[in-house]
Formats: sequence, structure tokens, C-alpha cells
Amino acid sequence: MRLSRGSQALLRISTGITLAFIYVPLLVIVVYAFSVSRTFEWPPPGFTFDWFDLAFDNTGARDAFVYSVKTGLLATAVALVLGTLASLAVARHRFFGRETVSFLVILPIALPGIVTGIALNSTFTQVLGIDLSLFTIVVAHATFCIVVVYNNVIARLRRLSGSFEEASADLGATPWQTFRLITLPNTRTALVAGALLAFALSFDEIIVTTFTVGAGDQTLPIWIFTNFSRPNQLPIVNAVAVIVILISIIPVYLAYRLTREESTAARGGAPVASGAVTAP
Amino acid sequence: MGRRLADLFHGRPRLQAGALLAGPVGWLVVGYLGSLAVLLVTSFWTLGELSGEIEQTFTLDNFRDVVENDVYRSVTGRTVLIAGLVTVTDALLAFPLAFYMAKIAGPRTRGLLLVAVLMPLWSAYLVKIFAWRGILSQEGVLNWALEPLGIEGPGYGLVAVWLVMSYIWLPYMVIPIYAGLERIPNTLLSASEDMGAKPTYTFRRVILPLALPAVIAGSIFTFSLTLGDFIAPTLVGSGEQFIGTVVRDNFTVDLPFAAAFATVPIVIMIVYLLVARRMGAFEHL
Repeated sequence: MRLSRGSQALLRISTGITLAFIYVPLLVIVVYAFSVSRTFEWPPPGFTFDWFDLAFDNTGARDAFVYSVKTGLLATAVALVLGTLASLAVARHRFFGRETVSFLVILPIALPGIVTGIALNSTFTQVLGIDLSLFTIVVAHATFCIVVVYNNVIARLRRLSGSFEEASADLGATPWQTFRLITLPNTRTALVAGALLAFALSFDEIIVTTFTVGAGDQTLPIWIFTNFSRPNQLPIVNAVAVIVILISIIPVYLAYRLTREESTAARGGAPVASGAVTAP
Repeated sequence: MGRRLADLFHGRPRLQAGALLAGPVGWLVVGYLGSLAVLLVTSFWTLGELSGEIEQTFTLDNFRDVVENDVYRSVTGRTVLIAGLVTVTDALLAFPLAFYMAKIAGPRTRGLLLVAVLMPLWSAYLVKIFAWRGILSQEGVLNWALEPLGIEGPGYGLVAVWLVMSYIWLPYMVIPIYAGLERIPNTLLSASEDMGAKPTYTFRRVILPLALPAVIAGSIFTFSLTLGDFIAPTLVGSGEQFIGTVVRDNFTVDLPFAAAFATVPIVIMIVYLLVARRMGAFEHL
């Protein structure tokens, strides 16, 4: 569409402002993490690396970090298996209720986190009568991470002809052989991208976690949330916040790179399968 | 073993599909939908007056409270109002950005913008809210920036909650609108132009109707995610209650009531999703 120079400039300016709106707060928290001040004082009176040292030495934060990584890895593993199975079924087979599967997979992330959280909490504590623990968090996180793997893998499978798999089966390969030798090599980057996003999603989640975390256990977001109001902890919380930003943004960037290269090759330079990276 | 299994599955697509689906669908139907059902059942239970233990006897009292109690009615109203404001704000902010990405920017800029929007999409949710706590604080960035103009920032409160929620969910609105606008063929816009339509007319009569389902698709997320949040009200609010905070505060002391109140966002979202589906938004999810 040919727009006048004036309206083009206007669009460009509003784009710039919106992007600034997205990134300035993230930069601010990075600056705060290096500020010598123990409050949110701005401009910072000076800069220091001390808070990062203190954050690394803080046993509470360190334990929470390890716990988050453990949760993230386990939840990602479960989501990877379930998401891949579901995407193979939907992409390669026709059956009654096929559309419902996509809807079912999206539901845990489309409904407010508080609904998912309290529903799982009632099931665990009232029906199953089990104590909240690592197991319950992993179940909860895996449930809303399935969609990420599913969307990435199904986008890849749809671009990939199913005839290779059929040929493999016709030549006598077992389903497992076909998966290992044909499907897996062709979907590997989508699986890695899905796993990275699932991990990032789990690592940063707090709402569902609040309802499924065991007594005495803390994920890193829960640690931040319980420490933000303690005045002396503020600088350490800022430093931990920066670590969380890095751990949750870098996987998303890597996942984007992985899926983009594939789709650029497949679609002749058209940018990204946006649906693949943005699960919902 | 493997061989016999292979023979069993070969040429039986239904069996294959069934075997693939058993795990994930079982997990989601039994684990997730089952839990939602448990939530619903729990909401009909009650707390024993003396024991404080949950009694599994059927009662509508929790729902009567949710619907008739003025406090809870205003909590619901406030939450829906904020969710609506956040959705409108995000649509207004996202549309020009998405339009610039899809129709004006060159391929390189488009790629860069896309990664710039995607990167913070899911990440650092809590940290972003925490960052705003710093920005909006009395001695923080915003007041410092506004001081030369002689005005003061909003501080913590309802305005801050609205601002922060709009900030957090913005990328969820940009991506579907961008994808929706990208699907509109440029030839359609040229045709409108060739037949003498001014850009504003083309925008109103061609672009907007075609992009509306995508906007509604984005609004599902901005609306739903705002509806259940309790972190932003806790970190940047000034004690206002929202659906999320009421549920959180009650779930340890009165789980049946918390469960009943949690059905409010479910009902609202079911209605929302039904309307969205009628308007064709599901193809843009």
C-alpha cells in the first residue's frame, strides 16, 4: 500500500515508541541490578557488581535456582513426549475429533493461570490426597508446556511430506525405527525449539506454581516473590531478576533462530512460522 | 516383540492414531479436564462451621456469595473492567506496530522486529512486573523523568495495574494481528487504491474488516490472562482486590469458596470464546 510520507513517518515513530515501551523496563531492571543503592533510587548513585556476588552466595536463591532448573527439565521432558505424540497423531492421521485435540492442548494456557492452578490443587489435595511436591509442580508445568512442543512440531510435520514415513513402513521398518530414522532427524530442530520454549515457560511461571508448590519448596520466581518486600533483599532480588531475564529470553531467541532457518528454506524466504514460536 | 508390534500396527491407521493419542489425550482429559471438573465439584462443598474442615456436602452457598455479595460483585466488575481496558489498550498499541511490520517494513527489518517482539513474549513475566514496581516507585524512573514537567507518575494503584497488564500482554496481541495482516494480499490494497479509495477509506473498509478476527484472537489472550492475574495487583496495586487476589487469598482458608470464585473467569471466558469463534477468530489462534 502506498502511504503518504507523513503517515509512513507516523507509523515508524509509533513503532519505535511501542518497541521502546517493550524494552525500557527490561533495561531499567538491568541498571537497577548494578546500582549501589538499596532502594529503587533513580538515577543510580553509583554502580557495583556486589549484588551478583551476594546473589550467587545466597543459599535461598541458589536452592531456588536449582529447584527451578530441575522442575523445568522434568516438565520439558514430559511435555516433549506428550506434545510430539499428539502432533504426530494430528498431522499424520484422520480421526473423529481431530480439531478438538488442538483446542484441548491450548486450553491450559488460554484459561487464566489461576484456574489451572486451583483446579490442579483441588485434585491433588482433595481427590488424590497427595502432598504438594516436585511431582505436583512437574505435572502442572508439563500440562501447560505441551502446547509449545505441539505447535512447533506440528508446524514442521505439516511442511514435511508423510510419504517418507509411509515408504519406511512399507519397506518393513517398525514404527520405532521409522520414528528414529525418518521422523526424528527431520523434526529435530522443531523439537529442540519446542523444548527450549517449554523450559523458558516453566522457568518463569509463578501463578500455577503458587498453587502446586510443596510447603518449604521454592522456585526462583517464588523466591523473588517472597523476597521483594524485604527491604534489605532488594538489590539481590534485582540481580536475580536479571538472571531470570537471561535464562528466559535466550532460549526464546535460540528457538526463533532454529525455526526461522527451517521455514526460510522451506518457504523461499518468507519470515517465520509465527504460529510455531508463539504457541497460542 | 518390536516386529510383532510393527505387524500389529501396519496398515491400521486407526490403531496407530489411538496409540499416539492415548498418552497426551489421556493426560489432558483425565488430568486437566478432570481437574476442572474437580474444581467445579469442590465449589459446591463447604467448610464445616466448627471444624473448619472441608465437608463434602452439596450447597449453593458459595455461588450465592459470589453472585449476591456486593464486595465480590465489585471485585468481578473491577477485574472485567481492567481486562477490557487492557485489551483495548493493547489493540491500539499493537495495530500500528503489526501494520508497519507486515506491510511497510522490508524483509530484514521485519525479521528484526519480529524477533524483538517475540523474545520477551513469555519470558520474565514476574521480572517485568517487578521492573515496573521499580519504575513506578516514589523515587523511581518515572517520577524522575516527569519531574521537569512538574507532574507526578500514577504511583501504585489501579492505573499502575492497567499500565503493567497492558505492558505484559502486548506481544500476545501483536503476533496474531501481524499474522492476520500478512495474510491480506497486497493486490487487494492496490485494487482499492486503483479504484480511487484514499488510504483512510482502504483502511476502514478493506484492512480493518479483514484484520478484525485476528484482533479478536489476540484479545482472547490479553483478556483471559488479565482476568486471572494476581501478581500485578500485588506488586503494583494499592490493595485493590481482583478475582485473582480473592482466589489466592481464599484457597488456603476456604478452598470451596475459592473454587466457586474461580469459576467466574471460566464462565466469562467460555462466553468470550463462543463469541470469538462466531467472529472467525479461531483461525487466527
